[in-house]
Amino acid sequence: MNRHLFHEIELIKQSLLRISAMAEEAVKKSVFALTNHNLEYALEVIKNDELIDHEEVILEENCLKVLALHQPVAMDLRYIVSTLKINNDLERIGDLAVNIAKLAVRQIERSPAEIPAGITSMAKIVQDMLKSSLDAMVKMNTKKARKVCQADEEVDILHKDTFGYVEKKIRRNPEQTGDFLILIGISRYLERIADHATNIAEDVIYMVEGEISRHSNSIF
Amino acid sequence: MVNFDNPKIIVKQLDFYYGEVQALFDISLQIPEKQVTALIGPSGCGKSTFLRMLNRMNDIIPGTHHQGKILIDNSEIYSDNTDVVQLRKSVGMVFQKSNPFPKSVYDNIAYGPRIHGITDKNVLNEIVEKSLQGAALWDEVKDRLDESAISLSGGQQQRLCIARALAVEPEIILMDEPASALDPKSTARIENLIGELRKEYTIVIVTHNMQQAARVSDMTAFFYEGNLIEHDQTQTIFTSPAIKQTEDYITGRFG
Repeated sequence: MNRHLFHEIELIKQSLLRISAMAEEAVKKSVFALTNHNLEYALEVIKNDELIDHEEVILEENCLKVLALHQPVAMDLRYIVSTLKINNDLERIGDLAVNIAKLAVRQIERSPAEIPAGITSMAKIVQDMLKSSLDAMVKMNTKKARKVCQADEEVDILHKDTFGYVEKKIRRNPEQTGDFLILIGISRYLERIADHATNIAEDVIYMVEGEISRHSNSIF
Repeated sequence: MVNFDNPKIIVKQLDFYYGEVQALFDISLQIPEKQVTALIGPSGCGKSTFLRMLNRMNDIIPGTHHQGKILIDNSEIYSDNTDVVQLRKSVGMVFQKSNPFPKSVYDNIAYGPRIHGITDKNVLNEIVEKSLQGAALWDEVKDRLDESAISLSGGQQQRLCIARALAVEPEIILMDEPASALDPKSTARIENLIGELRKEYTIVIVTHNMQQAARVSDMTAFFYEGNLIEHDQTQTIFTSPAIKQTEDYITGRFG
């Protein structure tokens, strides 16, 4: 038994769970700050991003250490490589949550434009996707991972709808153009979080099955 | 079973027994030409026994017998009219422990060709130089050809044994743990050499060193308790093996 390797992988698992929880929390709080005009949550997300960045570096260093010292193969190799990639996605998700939180602050500072239903649904779907992709990762559940990939299409459609909505609003109230452009930003950040959740789901599929499902249409 | 367009060796339903004890069970395997095939598995899994079947080295162990076929270039090597000396000329072998003859470097290499009837000094000189160059040893020993082979370092002795195998112009080289007794630098040299040799020769290597199998081979066959469990491209075996036993073994979960 390769006890040292399994011990290291166990530590990596714990670290991955920590950064997952932090990124998920950041998205949740940034969306809450936005929809409820909650300045406290928005500032908290902005401040806590450095903790995510710190965890990302530790996790990456530990993965590199395992690669160098234990030369893992097969499922262990796939686990470490997927973790490196998921780690990167989670850190990016943290940054996007910060972007949303900053827009929430701006929203609060100026007369806030009403958040359209499209963005609210998008925020919900994106959070569900992120949660499901992380559940899939913890439980090595590829069925769940594949569902996340499917949901991404829905988000893309809602993102496009936001453009139409904002365009209409700007035509009607050109003096509020700045406020409406913020909505485009929020929609774009949510859409990118969905992309990262999809990446995570694809990495889970690779981790479990050894198949690279990215760029293929046949994964559903 | 993985089939190839250019199988050098075809093994069909091979069973092998040491007396009453069956050591290999129904092995069917193809070994492609001019590629490196690694045989891996825990001690006692039958990989060395299998390797030795390929040039009839097991013949010398009393009480052994087998069923099934082993074809090299489509001819059965266990048929009555196989010339075993010719077979071992075309299927060379390198062992775990280097075993140079207590003779000069030159005579070690010239030994095989002489046995096969070559006496012309110029021809022998040419063979010695070519074989030592093929084994990446020439530059180190070209001024010491008359010295005893025993005076060479462990890594050099092992390359000398490879050169000795090359001297009779084999088509297949069998290697049984060729680098397990060597330091990392000498090991790297042997591995680089295997990378060069595969352009000209079909190589079958038994190794306990999983990373070595991963580094040097094109195909990997995993043996367990006398059975061939999985045979696939090395990259596939080491990233996503199809069979759980293989995965458990190469990741150190058993064996």
